Amino acid sequence: MEKLSQKKAPILEALQEFKTMRLVPFDVPGHKRGRGNKELTDFLGEKCLTVDVNSMKQLDNLCHPISVIKEAEELAADAFGAAHAFFIVNGTTAAVQTMILTVCKRGDKIILPRNVHRSVINSMILCGAEPIYINPQMDEKLGIALGMKVKEVAAAIKKHPDAKAILVNNPTYYGICSNLQALTRLAHENNMLLLADEAHGTHFYFGDNLPLSAMAAGADMASVSMHKSGGSLTQSSFLLCGQQVNAQYVRQIINLTQTTSGSYLLLSSLDISRRNLALHGKEIFAKVMEMVEYTRSEINQIGDYYAYSKEIINGDSIYDFDVTKLSVNTLETGLAGIEVYDLLRDEYDIQIEFGDLGNILAYMSVGDNYKNIERLIGALSEIRRLYKKDKTGMLRHEYIPPLVRKTPQEAFYNEKEQLPLDASYGRICSEFVMCYPPGIPILAPGEEITKEIIEYIKYAKEKGCSLTGPEDMKVEKINVLKGGC
Amino acid sequence: MDLWYSEFHTPDAKFSIKVNKQLFSGNSEFQRIDVFESPEFGRFLTLDGFMMLTEKDEFIYHEMIVHVPMAVHPNVKNVLIIGAGDGGAIRELTRYTNVENIDFVEIDEMVVEVCKKYLPQTACSFDDPRVHAYYQDGLKFVRKHVNEYDLIIVDSTDPFGPGEGLFTKEFYGNCFKALKDDGIMVNQHESPFYYEDALAMKRAHKRIVESFAISRVYQSHIPTYPSGHWLFGFASKQYHPVKDLQAKKWQELGLVTRYYNTNLHKGAFYLPNYVQEMLTDVE
Repeated sequence: MEKLSQKKAPILEALQEFKTMRLVPFDVPGHKRGRGNKELTDFLGEKCLTVDVNSMKQLDNLCHPISVIKEAEELAADAFGAAHAFFIVNGTTAAVQTMILTVCKRGDKIILPRNVHRSVINSMILCGAEPIYINPQMDEKLGIALGMKVKEVAAAIKKHPDAKAILVNNPTYYGICSNLQALTRLAHENNMLLLADEAHGTHFYFGDNLPLSAMAAGADMASVSMHKSGGSLTQSSFLLCGQQVNAQYVRQIINLTQTTSGSYLLLSSLDISRRNLALHGKEIFAKVMEMVEYTRSEINQIGDYYAYSKEIINGDSIYDFDVTKLSVNTLETGLAGIEVYDLLRDEYDIQIEFGDLGNILAYMSVGDNYKNIERLIGALSEIRRLYKKDKTGMLRHEYIPPLVRKTPQEAFYNEKEQLPLDASYGRICSEFVMCYPPGIPILAPGEEITKEIIEYIKYAKEKGCSLTGPEDMKVEKINVLKGGC
Repeated sequence: MDLWYSEFHTPDAKFSIKVNKQLFSGNSEFQRIDVFESPEFGRFLTLDGFMMLTEKDEFIYHEMIVHVPMAVHPNVKNVLIIGAGDGGAIRELTRYTNVENIDFVEIDEMVVEVCKKYLPQTACSFDDPRVHAYYQDGLKFVRKHVNEYDLIIVDSTDPFGPGEGLFTKEFYGNCFKALKDDGIMVNQHESPFYYEDALAMKRAHKRIVESFAISRVYQSHIPTYPSGHWLFGFASKQYHPVKDLQAKKWQELGLVTRYYNTNLHKGAFYLPNYVQEMLTDVE
């Protein structure tokens, strides 16, 4: 096969040519290149509106690509070392959903860590799969969930040899990687597929000295949030497949829920960003790593804060660490991560990615500069000087093993009743409870509500975490299955 | 030839100076630097096209940013000066014999080099043995110092560009930390007149008020700055800018100044009503 040129961007080029054709639009969208909606055009810009167009002959069709989208997919696959790549316009959530729906049907089992994104469990509500949770090891000091131990996954496989797949976070929101290569081998030896949630791992495919990417590890499917470290527009994403996966079946699954009006703004942003990373990814991520390393070392000199890095690697549950993630533990300052997060925004006009009970994460990318980095470091130093307090009584996030009593689907669709949080002890939850971000469930449908969980929810609320999921937005009441089962 | 330098003070108001010739133009890592020569204002420096100083009126700015705090604090020994790559504030400071050390922090070394070459009127004291230059980010420098300085002078550019970090709460807070218990910080405080400048002025004041026990604003008249009406901030842990003015002591130093005097010092803190209102709004 002729070597593909990563300098090409077929969707971008088709849109540029389309602009010169000056077609008379008697098709959707009805704003007709923006002319029908002046206010929107003034806000977003004419350039943007003129390419917000519908599928047509020269622009191909996302649901059934045969020309420029197909070429762009092939280039993306080549860039990521995959057998096939799909352009996803419904968020990485849609990519994750496609992975689960491709490998599982009702009653099928899937082995996964508890600290998965909500989209994984949501997919199980859709297809009726049964989750087999692996205890993500907790780091006592940092209070974060880690990766899966290979031994524990092997034990789960022994117990559930009929499971269809193993799902791995590569990496977690905090930058922690499991031993992806060993887990992939283990999956394949047991006739299972290896799925990777790489929402936070786009850069693994392009930068040097970064953890192993899913495709390089021989994984079967991977969901890659190009819009995070890859630089494309929010909501755009790639789904990657290995040789063992039937790409045409995957396309059918995608088309079950995908829009038939795929946005060319999102598609072109994926195409342009893929080209940029393929051509310049090495330099881009080298620069990001340099900035993050500098920031990390400066933050560690302030005192009390702990910006962790590769020194926490332990060969198993922390097999590798993504050094582009600036995760900072705040517990020694006596402040919860979420409190530091709020102070940064409210007092210093600095918006970071998230704060949990003991950590903050500042997302860094090629778009950063040292001027702003100094502001972040300076503000953290000030927060310590002005707000530091006694650290006794700080709750560290403990892993609470979920007691799965029903599959997510059974629990979600069963008859339910609403109870005050305190009265829900011992009942089976029929909805999600999450701290957002990072959006990892405290409770998922089908799980028993324990005393520990109730305490945790109360503490998180008191510290100012935004809790989402329950029908009752204030999370004072919770939906449980009727009949006390 | 009819050659003019123009600066937009607002999108709808423009200030122009006739230019004889351009002496320098170059881009540093941070900004574009130009030096012109004009018949009315002598040589002048612009950064990214914005007027920084002219030979004709720079004395007003530099005297006001230095002598006001120096006439209040009874014994300034250790000074930190941030920005001020043109050297004008350093020139004024080095006239005080009681000053023992001046740490000078400027992010853009090229500004200093250009000023040394083309603007010797201000860039004349960098070689004073008390001056120690650090070419780095001001916020980074001040972050690493605790309880060290008697006076910090923030001679920054506007808050859009390399100087942005010097208008933040984290910067003022770190200055507070770097000052001794009776330390004073003065800063370039933008103008109250045009809308955008006034916004920056109010934001800066709000953030300083949050960090310092005493925070006052004083004014001067600088013809080549937007509207000509320019403000400085006086923030302090202990000394009041007017009540603690040591007028007699300062006069005894015998420093010759063209703009500053101790009566004007007091007057500079009496502000027009509309400015007072803007400040009160954010206090």
